[in-house]
Amino acid sequence: MSATTASGFPGHDPYRLGGSHGHGGHGHGHSATGHGEGGQASKLVTVAYGFWIFLLSDIIIFATFFAGYAVLSHETAGGPTGSELFDLNRVGIQTFLLLTSSFTCGLGSLATYRRDMAWTQIWLFATGLLGAAFLFLEVQEFVQMVEEGAGPSRSAFLSAFYAVVGCHGLHVSAGLLWLGTMMAQLFFKGFRPDIERRLLCFNLFWHALDIVWIAVFTIVYLLGANQ
Amino acid sequence: MLGKLDWSAIPFDEPIPLVAALVIVIAGLGVLAWVTVKGFWPYLWREWITSVDHKRIGIMYIILSLLMLIRGFVDAIMMRTQQAMATGGAAGYLPPDHYDQIFSAHGTIMIFFGAMPFVIGLMNFVLPLQLGVRDVAFPTLNSVSFWLTASGALLVNLSLVIGEFARTGWLPFAPLSEIEYSPGVGVDYYLWAIQISGVGTVLSGVNLVTTILKMRAPGMSYLRMPMFCWTALGANMLIVAAFPILTATLAMLTLDRYLGFHFFTNTGGGNPMMFVNLIWAWGHPEVYILILPAFGIFSEVFSTFSSKPLFGYRSMVAATLFIVVVSFTVWLHHFYTMGAGADVNAAFGIATSVIAVGTGVKIYNWLFTMYGGRVRFDTPMLWAIGFVLTFTVGGMTGVLLAIPPADFMLHNSLFLVAHFHNVIIGGVLFGAFAGLTYWFPKAFGFRLHEGWGKTAFWLTLAGFVLVFVPLYILGLQGMTRRLQRVTVEAWVPWLDVAVFGVFVMALGVAAQITQLVVSIRRRHELRDETGDPWDGRSLEWATPSPPPHFNFAVQPHVEGEEAYWDIKQRAIEEQRLGDEPHYEPIEMPRNSPTGVVSAFFATLIGFALIWHIWWLAIVGFIGAYATFVVFAWRDETEYEVSVEEVAEADRARRAARQAWLEAHGQTA
Amino acid sequence: MTLRILVLCLPVLLLSGCGGGFFDSSVPSILDPVGPIGTGNRTILLNSLAVMLVIVIPTMIATVAFAWWFRASNPKAEYKPGFTYSGRIELIVWSIPTLTILFLGGLIWYGSHQLDPRRPVEPVADTLEVQVVALDWKWLFIYPGAQVATVNDLKIPVGQPVRFRVTSASVMTTFFIPRLGSMIYGMNRMENELHLRADHAGNYFGTAAHYSGDGFSGMNFNVEAMPPDAFGRWLTGLHSGGDVLNAQAYAELSRQSHDVKPFHYSQVQNGLFDAIVRQVLPPAPGPDEGRQGDPGVHPESPASEVRLLDGDICTASNPTGTKG
Repeated sequence: MSATTASGFPGHDPYRLGGSHGHGGHGHGHSATGHGEGGQASKLVTVAYGFWIFLLSDIIIFATFFAGYAVLSHETAGGPTGSELFDLNRVGIQTFLLLTSSFTCGLGSLATYRRDMAWTQIWLFATGLLGAAFLFLEVQEFVQMVEEGAGPSRSAFLSAFYAVVGCHGLHVSAGLLWLGTMMAQLFFKGFRPDIERRLLCFNLFWHALDIVWIAVFTIVYLLGANQ
Repeated sequence: MLGKLDWSAIPFDEPIPLVAALVIVIAGLGVLAWVTVKGFWPYLWREWITSVDHKRIGIMYIILSLLMLIRGFVDAIMMRTQQAMATGGAAGYLPPDHYDQIFSAHGTIMIFFGAMPFVIGLMNFVLPLQLGVRDVAFPTLNSVSFWLTASGALLVNLSLVIGEFARTGWLPFAPLSEIEYSPGVGVDYYLWAIQISGVGTVLSGVNLVTTILKMRAPGMSYLRMPMFCWTALGANMLIVAAFPILTATLAMLTLDRYLGFHFFTNTGGGNPMMFVNLIWAWGHPEVYILILPAFGIFSEVFSTFSSKPLFGYRSMVAATLFIVVVSFTVWLHHFYTMGAGADVNAAFGIATSVIAVGTGVKIYNWLFTMYGGRVRFDTPMLWAIGFVLTFTVGGMTGVLLAIPPADFMLHNSLFLVAHFHNVIIGGVLFGAFAGLTYWFPKAFGFRLHEGWGKTAFWLTLAGFVLVFVPLYILGLQGMTRRLQRVTVEAWVPWLDVAVFGVFVMALGVAAQITQLVVSIRRRHELRDETGDPWDGRSLEWATPSPPPHFNFAVQPHVEGEEAYWDIKQRAIEEQRLGDEPHYEPIEMPRNSPTGVVSAFFATLIGFALIWHIWWLAIVGFIGAYATFVVFAWRDETEYEVSVEEVAEADRARRAARQAWLEAHGQTA
Repeated sequence: MTLRILVLCLPVLLLSGCGGGFFDSSVPSILDPVGPIGTGNRTILLNSLAVMLVIVIPTMIATVAFAWWFRASNPKAEYKPGFTYSGRIELIVWSIPTLTILFLGGLIWYGSHQLDPRRPVEPVADTLEVQVVALDWKWLFIYPGAQVATVNDLKIPVGQPVRFRVTSASVMTTFFIPRLGSMIYGMNRMENELHLRADHAGNYFGTAAHYSGDGFSGMNFNVEAMPPDAFGRWLTGLHSGGDVLNAQAYAELSRQSHDVKPFHYSQVQNGLFDAIVRQVLPPAPGPDEGRQGDPGVHPESPASEVRLLDGDICTASNPTGTKG
């Protein structure tokens, strides 16, 4: 089909600015404006884009928990404050572990790009190991705090603390489960296009968790330790 | 072994819920038995339950919604009759604990399982067709979304028989919803049902945003999308941005109730006002999630039935996006009376009235769409005109409530109840019914019966006025909402009028059901042969009715704002169809039971967590995980539709168009 | 058409009161206020209604008129399928609602400040303080000056402004006397303020205007506005014939009960209201029955926190009154 002239069709391009029956208008020609002239995006782009949208919604969940933390951070109900509880050394190590895991995750995606099975698996495994170590430290921190009588039901501040940090921890745990499943799948099925798309999504997910952790580290721990 | 669950959970001593539950169970078993005897299971499983076709999923959403609308309407009848009977010292027939469950269930069901599935179902069905593509971005995810919504609906209805539903209203305000003040399982039913269906809704929003932004036919730039796509985009962006707030807020309440956290408790430094803020930070955008798709439907209907393009299309797009943004800045108007300062109240009051500008612009553009048109009064158009008339009143009372000093007296009154029913029934529901009648022939290949449709419209409109004008008046007379009995005698006459109105509305519901039955029986005379029964303008009318599962044999190439209208006019002009295209095989996604199986496990998890049956919850989680692994492991995700099948379907469509063109050429 | 007639009748009904019974004194109508706050609220309500009706009614008429005139079967109507954009109309379409909202915005700003519940009412010097506690499901009114209290029975002097300090012992609800004007929320651990004045003697309907649980429908009270001297005599009379409201009595009172007949306390312990607001007195306990939860799941049940009050609440060791 070729581009048609407007003359034969009274209804053609009726939204052209500059008058409903004028010709020429203000430079809005007959070409389509805006994006999307090219039709559907590729599957890879669609999947990654959709996953980004999902991540944005996930980040709003975190934002809500952060808002809750901001409101409640001074409601200690006579219980311990952040400066009494937080061990910044441990949190520093956690941060290091998670940031490094993002780096290894990125190396894994480079290996995937080269179709290098061994290095992809190695880097993914390293990522998982670092993530597990991070999680171990977090659980250790929680157990210690609960033993000191600073559990989540002690005060609203602690409720919000456990919720924010725990929500991130749950995401990391889910990421580890996903990672293990992906590694198995990659081992059995090889570099299939759908698996590559999923690996891309996992990368996005893992980096997003990193970004969220930076916020947790700053807002909860650094600011909390100086309360 | 069974947590808190024992025989005392079954309400043996309360005849009303027990009998209602028995009737539903027996009816449900009857349907299942009928399906089994007739041997329909393989067909249902293959073609519907495991379907990932956006059209089938959209239809299933709407069926779910219609069932839930009836359930919610029964609750409404019970509330109206109770209030009319419990006067002058009488107790009525519903004790407080039961009445409180009914109004809570009514609101929850109507919003989450009536209105939401209706608009999501319509968007699911229509969007890919209007965008000129073969499916949504993530077809299997779409099926998961639907079945999770159904799972939530199942849990809410299960609470009728096993245990109780929340007695805290449709939004479980803390601290009333905290374990200290609501120790039963009612709030837990609410929480898990809404969380499970909420996950489905977010996934659906992600899916549809991606579909609209990344999956349009070649040539369909943003400003060539039909208005419905724009409003759907707005609604789905709001879903993605607002529903996570609901998820997080309800998660906080869940932590409070299950693990002794102190987010919203009175004690331990908790802040109940934070619940109110967070829930309305979701709740107000939610209103626009519901109404924006309805605005889109009305835009399509006004344009089609006025035989004119939509007036002021770009204005409409701007107004839609304006509403999307501003809807996040108005939530505080739900609680001016909580003692925020005058400055805060004034700021939110002004923001709230500003949002009315966007709506006002839309109303005028619809008016001028009719101006200079050839208006046909088919049923969808009646709903649309009825909408403009009722919605302007609802919008006006909304702006009244946005004025803090007025709200100081009308907050929580029946005036408020009348207002939001005015906009939700007059806006969302009228829109959904207009959309249902408008796209029904596209879905099933035959039109709905006009006579019964018009009867339903007039009865619903009359019933609506008879119910809600008295409620407006009662609100001005100082009557608060959610009263189980009435102590002021002067209110009684208006309550009686409202009961009369609700029965007129019930006749409207009966007329709708009759319309469906009559239309199915007379489907041969109501058959839509051409696929374009209303002289439509957008791409969904370019397909046959019902469309083949691949929608378009060849992807359309869009060259103007009204993609199909241009093609049609050219065909009329030249008295011939375009040349037969070159057909190619089509890859379509395979059906998958992932949605229904994962929703089955989600239901198990929800039920187990409500009743503290921890082992069952773990089983459910493992099952859900295994389901996704099985899905991820499959080797073939698509199947090929052969060239012959594509060509055969499209030649049939072309033959019907050719016949129409010849007939049209003779009359024109 | 029915709709339009009804809608057009609505304001007429409201203003004339015919059939609506708005001005029958037994109806707690907000359109029949007996004080300056209610009158101010009503004025703003009716003014904005009038402003909007000027737009809404022509719009509704135009809708029906356009639809009818441009019906497909009307040969006299001109078909203009190209009429899809007009800059002039767009300008009008955006400016009509914008101008309306600009006007209303001014009204909102003015009204929010003028009728802010915290704003004292004239004559400010004569203001009487009444402390209001929302309980499950009854109202406690404390007269701090006289150190007496009533339950579900509020009496106020005519012509004298009243400063209500409102809180809640348990869940949220609002304190509302429709014919006096604005309502305000009572919330635990928080205090809200509302200034009202009654200008005519009489009995008025007072209510809880936010759902608060199963006993909510019976949470009403009678408000009697009486001449100041009669009010003074009534207040003095309360000193006899009632119990003492101290921490123990309050703990008993805060248990759930519904449809409570009015009664009074002849003496109220000093600082009781502040003790409730600051949670020196614990929040009300909620229901006794149906607590099916696993006790291990919820380690901090409020019952373990109940601590009775002796003497004044603000001590040197506990200056804020929060729990240690």
